[in-house]
Amino acid sequence: MLWYTGKRLLQMIPVFFGATFLIYFMVFSLPGDPIAALFGDRQPAPGVIEQLRIQYHLDQPFIVQYLIYIGGFFHGDLGTTYSGRAVSDVMAAAFPITARLALLALFFESVAGILVGLVAGLRKGKLFDASALVVSLLLISVPTFVIGFILQYVFAVKLGWARTTVSSEAPLSELVLPAIVLASVSFAYIVRLTRASVSENLGADFVRTATAKGLSRRRVVTVHVLRNSLVPVVTFLGVDLGSLMVGAIVTEGIFNINGVGGTVYKAIKLGEGPTVVSFIAVMVVIFVLANLLVDLLYAALDPRIRYAK
Amino acid sequence: MSQTVIEPVTTAVRDENSPLLEIRDLEVGFQTQHGVVPAVRGVNLTLYPGQTLAIVGESGSGKTTTAQAIINLLANTGKVTAGQILFEGRDLTTLKAKEMQDVRGRLIGYVPQDPMSNLNPVWNIGFQVEEAIRANGVAQGKAAKLRTIEVLKEAGLSDAEDRLKQYPHQFSGGMRQRVLIGIGLSARPKLLIADEPTSALDVTVQRQILDHLATLTRDYGTSVLFITHDLGLAAERAEQLVVMYKGKVVESGPSQEILANPQHPYTQRLVAAAPSLASRRIQSAKHPVVAAPATSVAGANDDVLIKRAREREDAAPTKDLISVEGISKMYRIRTKGLKYNDLLAVNDVSFGIQKGTTTALVGESGSGKSTVAKLILQLETITSGRIEFDGQDVAGLKGADLLKFRRRVQPVFQDPYGSLDPQYNVGNTIAEPLLAHKVGTAKERQERVRELLDQVSLPWASRHRYPSELSGGQRQRIAIARALALKPDVLVLDEAVSALDVLVQGQVLNLLTELQTELDLTYLFITHDLAVVRLVADNVCVMQQGRIVEAATTDEVFDNPRQTYTQELLAAIPGGNFEFGR
Repeated sequence: MLWYTGKRLLQMIPVFFGATFLIYFMVFSLPGDPIAALFGDRQPAPGVIEQLRIQYHLDQPFIVQYLIYIGGFFHGDLGTTYSGRAVSDVMAAAFPITARLALLALFFESVAGILVGLVAGLRKGKLFDASALVVSLLLISVPTFVIGFILQYVFAVKLGWARTTVSSEAPLSELVLPAIVLASVSFAYIVRLTRASVSENLGADFVRTATAKGLSRRRVVTVHVLRNSLVPVVTFLGVDLGSLMVGAIVTEGIFNINGVGGTVYKAIKLGEGPTVVSFIAVMVVIFVLANLLVDLLYAALDPRIRYAK
Repeated sequence: MSQTVIEPVTTAVRDENSPLLEIRDLEVGFQTQHGVVPAVRGVNLTLYPGQTLAIVGESGSGKTTTAQAIINLLANTGKVTAGQILFEGRDLTTLKAKEMQDVRGRLIGYVPQDPMSNLNPVWNIGFQVEEAIRANGVAQGKAAKLRTIEVLKEAGLSDAEDRLKQYPHQFSGGMRQRVLIGIGLSARPKLLIADEPTSALDVTVQRQILDHLATLTRDYGTSVLFITHDLGLAAERAEQLVVMYKGKVVESGPSQEILANPQHPYTQRLVAAAPSLASRRIQSAKHPVVAAPATSVAGANDDVLIKRAREREDAAPTKDLISVEGISKMYRIRTKGLKYNDLLAVNDVSFGIQKGTTTALVGESGSGKSTVAKLILQLETITSGRIEFDGQDVAGLKGADLLKFRRRVQPVFQDPYGSLDPQYNVGNTIAEPLLAHKVGTAKERQERVRELLDQVSLPWASRHRYPSELSGGQRQRIAIARALALKPDVLVLDEAVSALDVLVQGQVLNLLTELQTELDLTYLFITHDLAVVRLVADNVCVMQQGRIVEAATTDEVFDNPRQTYTQELLAAIPGGNFEFGR
């Protein structure tokens, strides 16, 4: 197991270089001149543009720009934004907020999703199951921003239970509503996945044998059905972390949260290579680590999965 | 529902005992989209304390449904619609869920059919046994752990302490079945329901486990309700027999009596089709080959089969079509970390098959018989030795030559459910090899499909059906038709009839022999079932641990087995020496 974990961690190195290189290349290839865009309609002094180009190494060929960036990265220097802030400062401000939001969403979707899915699977064909299916279909088909605006209107504007916008510190209590919005789509998928998995396992031979042993219904369901049903759900949660970060862009927009989503969106529009690449690189690392965690969780859930080498 | 059922087990007078289990006019139905479909239609049976009773019937006869109805293990859609199940005078059909929970495990134990799927793969063995012990209030805490070890030891796992923390996938099929028997008996129930407890296991393992089960239940005075499709097993293991057909009991009484003198036409067919060694000898000696009456279809099969075997024996010997000389196959098995262990799956095996004859490879699972088949089919490469087909060395055949070889040597596999593509209809399935080898035009291929369906006795209309709509026997016919599509010389039949019910098995074997005569086919027949070998094979090779331990003509092997291993195999056939009535 240790051997396997080590190997997986080593695999992150090529993934890191590949991802940063590709993203840097894509930002470099974006049409438009970032420096010109910075000044908008105003006409700057002729020397200023040239000076800024040199300052941000934009006069260099692509590969040199990338190498300068990577070199700085390993010295702890992630470069500066075009407005002069250090990228590391921007990240330190944005990441904790989005991390709080995403983890809260992950918590909501897994707890509520597995619970609803389990009950629906146990009562297949009954009213609860039918309602769960309809609601989850609705959540999947309606875009997040629509759900976001509806919930914002109902709970924040009409009922006043939450704030319409989140303050700049973004404490956990204010993030509850945005997290629910962010979790909504994944919640729907988890409900459906758990439901299918539970109803399949209910028909398994070993569940019948467990019943024949004289176990209570509760024990049969929690011990013999639930654990076996979680493997596909855990897979989904690992992959879902990525889509939570993407989804955060929309949700953060609705609730005016200064998180990763908004920052990356602005940076892409400005063509700020170092900012975009630094953020994405951290996301890639988080994503790879999350998937490693999922693979290790697998082995814990299902003893038939053992990573020998 | 009116019916004439012989009141069961009245012959056994047991005035001093009241029945342990009494099923009266039981009806069970399954809810489907087209209304309730009855599965059990008025079953009566009586079981006294300490007795063993077997319910016999083919798949779909309602025997398992009857057994599951007793402790309400029916699927959600299944319901007892009428009748009573009296256990010690208490009607189990009226119990509430909580009360039934107390009956299960504690009063009535259950041993399921398939050891591979009946243990939860994510919990270790100790946990799953201990859970049953705790739930039935046998012992708690540390005592439960000690009891777990005791139960497993009783069930025949001598190294139980060391294996508690192991998971089901680390156990062999036989070991898992022992665990399941341990679980079933852990609370010393008064009744044990054993649903085909050994049908997934090798004969020798089966014998060990049944012997063990018999000892345990005798020691505890447990009554046993066997569910089986195997008449021989029923004859050997149960005092009382209930024969079920299409949800009804067609015959019941003491098992020896029923098997020696079956009354109902269905029981007669079942008895006639049971491949038993002893009965076959009597049959072939007494009766010259005549067309048997249509009522005993399977009995007629045997005569015809034997006649054909004779004809083949009379044919003049020619050069071997397939000749296998000293082949070996080594597999590297990865153990811990980077280490490898070499496993010699096939060890210096030699034999020859003449054109138009059948050679059977017999052995337990793990004996290497299927590996030999794969080597001959060129699905695996040999480590050493030489395989010749029609005078040509087949090792290292490539490209067009290999394709040509494949056209002439076709396989049929064991599982007719797994070997057909569920998305392909019958016509396309049969035509696929023709398409793959680019044979003929679309029209010619269709003609060939028609011809093949005819050869395997399936109607032309069935070409539009899908595997899920066919029975096991029909699927195996499709698999045979597909194998025949390219007009091969050799069929390699890997356990081709093992998954089928006795009656269907008889039909398929008959079909195979007919085709052999008609098309001059050569068969390599791989099976663990010696009783079947007797029906179809000219020569037998008995394999054990990768070697051929005995090779001779079928008659020699059966009448005069020289190796102890062969003798063991023959002795392990359930009811092998029981004389069935005809």
